[in-house]
Amino acid sequence: MPTDFRPADPGSVGNRQPETSGADANVVLVAKGIVKTFGNHTALDNVELALHAGEVHALLGENGAGKSTLIKIITGAYTPDHGEISVDGVQVHFTTPQQAQSAGIGTVYQEVNLLPNMTVIDNLFIGRQPRRYGLVDRRKMAREAHRILSQYGLDIDVHAELSTFSVAVQQIIAIARAVELSGKVLILDEPTASLDRTEVEKLFEIVRRLKARGLAIVFITHFLDQVFELSDRVTVLRNGRLVGSETIGDLDRTSLVRMMLGKDLAFVHAELAADDTEPSSPLMHFRDFGRSGSVNPFDLTVHRGEVIGVAGLLGSGRTEMARLMFGIDTADQGALNIDGEKISLRAPQDAVSQGFGFCPEDRKVDGIFGDLSVRENIIIAMQAKLGWLQALNRDEQMEIAEHFIEALDIRTASADLPVKLLSGGNQQKVILARWLATDPRFLILDEPTRGIDVGAHAEIVRMISRLREDGLALIVISSELDEIVSYSSRVVVMRDRSLVAELRGAEINPSSIVRAIAAQDAEAAE
Amino acid sequence: MRIPSVKRLLSPQLIALLGVLLFNWIVFPGFFDVAWRDGRFFGSLIDVINRGAPVAILSIGMTAIIATRGVDLSVGAVMAVAGAVAATCAVTGQPVIIMLLAPLAVGMLCGLWNGFLVSILGIQPFVATLVLMVAGRGVAQLITEGSIVTFNDPVLIFIGTGSFLGLPMPAVIAIALMVGAHLLVRRTAIGLFIEAIGINRSAANYTALRSRSLVLAIYAFGGVCAAIAGTIAAGDIRGADANNTGLWLELDAILAVVIGGTSLMGGRFSIPLSVVGALIIQAMNTGILVSGFPPEFNLIVKAGLIIIILVLQSAKLAPTLDRIIKQRPVQPSIQTSEKTG
Repeated sequence: MPTDFRPADPGSVGNRQPETSGADANVVLVAKGIVKTFGNHTALDNVELALHAGEVHALLGENGAGKSTLIKIITGAYTPDHGEISVDGVQVHFTTPQQAQSAGIGTVYQEVNLLPNMTVIDNLFIGRQPRRYGLVDRRKMAREAHRILSQYGLDIDVHAELSTFSVAVQQIIAIARAVELSGKVLILDEPTASLDRTEVEKLFEIVRRLKARGLAIVFITHFLDQVFELSDRVTVLRNGRLVGSETIGDLDRTSLVRMMLGKDLAFVHAELAADDTEPSSPLMHFRDFGRSGSVNPFDLTVHRGEVIGVAGLLGSGRTEMARLMFGIDTADQGALNIDGEKISLRAPQDAVSQGFGFCPEDRKVDGIFGDLSVRENIIIAMQAKLGWLQALNRDEQMEIAEHFIEALDIRTASADLPVKLLSGGNQQKVILARWLATDPRFLILDEPTRGIDVGAHAEIVRMISRLREDGLALIVISSELDEIVSYSSRVVVMRDRSLVAELRGAEINPSSIVRAIAAQDAEAAE
Repeated sequence: MRIPSVKRLLSPQLIALLGVLLFNWIVFPGFFDVAWRDGRFFGSLIDVINRGAPVAILSIGMTAIIATRGVDLSVGAVMAVAGAVAATCAVTGQPVIIMLLAPLAVGMLCGLWNGFLVSILGIQPFVATLVLMVAGRGVAQLITEGSIVTFNDPVLIFIGTGSFLGLPMPAVIAIALMVGAHLLVRRTAIGLFIEAIGINRSAANYTALRSRSLVLAIYAFGGVCAAIAGTIAAGDIRGADANNTGLWLELDAILAVVIGGTSLMGGRFSIPLSVVGALIIQAMNTGILVSGFPPEFNLIVKAGLIIIILVLQSAKLAPTLDRIIKQRPVQPSIQTSEKTG
């Protein structure tokens, strides 16, 4: 991590830059009347977007609203059916991403698209290495790399492999590359999805600096707080149509959510905040459960019908704790008792046979089987539990799949569609359905709402509460404190690989959680 | 919504097989002639099935291995080992049951070794099976003590050259193995598990699939298939040739699997279509022989076929071809055009 970084000035968060009047003068990119269809499906219908120099322009919309399609058209990955794009007042027709790049439009995608096994230098310069006597001039590249990255407050070993750095640093390198290559428009597609709070601050600081340099920055995110924190203007798409384009000062949270959803979200929280019922009976007890080098021993009793929220920063040991509880990593100390009986978890099979289920944090890598159908993705954990001999036949599979597609409102054209074609929120529901099909008594959900749209987000939050009412025990790991507060009957806080606090009842509110997470830093400061 | 059988019959692999057979018929009008003599069928078509059987059998095991995102380069060498074991049993006068089971046991042992390297030690399949590809022939030579062991055992000869219901034994064995393996993977959940492991090993682990044991078992099965093919090859020439039995056949087996539509990246697979792939390869071999072209052409034609298949299967071309074949526009679902953004 860069250490010489000044933290973002908290005062600047509230101070919006006054909207530049006579904005047309510094319009960098205009897309007008954009239409794009795929077969019978209209992905974009007469959409407009105008980007000004020196602004951060948030592009919002639920999954399927058309954000990605619009970005792909602007960056030349797709060609629009109708409509025109002009850069600096000159009409352009991009047919390849390279053309868009040389016209000044750079993109940093959600999954950092760099080369992890090559050095930082290679990643910055690949395809445009400076030459000397016809050979690549590595010394010059190293010098240049240092110069470029120092603009971003990054002082790192540029000869090291990219994969040795954190996602946050990789992201900054991706941005540096995009800005070097393009320099007029920078598109950031969910740049904060896998960053923790301090990393987000650093990223925002960089974005603000680039803005001051006169770049037009498109910012795509699911986090509304970040929209208000960073952006000057917001464009909202819904179902492929433009809902509106507003200056941020003219909007409040509610109206923005209403623009995105066409409805209000307030009811979600109202409905959930109330539940304070005591959990019924203890189900299991992790005693001094731990694994050296991964999670320090912790004590935790889980009751039927309760949701235990797990809070903590990234790297605090939250995910490691979940992996330990599911037998993916094996505990080297402590014991697990279920109904008074000692259980050893040596592999996920042991956990599943005890009625555990686990929705991992990284859906794509650890969750879905992309090429398998929605149906197969739903039944596979149940089938694994039944064993290979007791195969569910197609009709049985279909019945189970359709039951969950309806119950969880999974939006898919058919149960036989490959699951990779579904949106993130629907994939998450498929994985949830996979475990519900095994009839579990204990579910671990690791960041169940990360990277999914507002609507699906609300549905999953509601589902968690419903499962709790059905008597399931749940452990839910989340970075979103509002969310944890809304469904947890208890909150445990992780810090530095230890379980450091347990909050109950009235203590369950965002500020106490933040205090518990930050406690040590405060002590250190004193 | 079951897949209609008509659509299944019209798979590109079967169309390709018909195409190759028709081509053979054009260059050699007697190609489809089948005669009945001495209680069995004779003819070029029967030759294709008979000669294609060893590769077809290899491709059955190879399909499952490739579907787990693996590969087994050692099957040709394992054929030689199994052939050597069978021949040695025959000349030393072992009981029939030993003579038939010993090669299979040795083949399974070879497969377990591969599976151990791949599944337990986590070595890349390509490298892991290369070990036995090289060492296997050495082992076979040690067993045969460097010479070609010939035998006159009627049972082994029957397996290599006999007939059952008028069909050559190798073909009968291949068909039985294909049907058995297909039913085994599709009537149980094994097929789904194999595909899941091949598509996403990590997710398979989180889903509590016993990936390790399954992958181990699949390599063992691949070894058994190779041993069956090796026994047939030995019976066919009435001897065990450690240097040449099954030479380069691993490549034909991989090609057959790829023609059959299983991606080398693992995942979806079909054992019957791999067998069709093996028949396509053999039909081309036979076609070139009967048409009187110099056999050297065979390799070039094979290379051409590989290029055509790879082009047809390439991800970039697929939507376009789909459109041409189905004569209707591609209709991605609402979500297709969007990733999570």
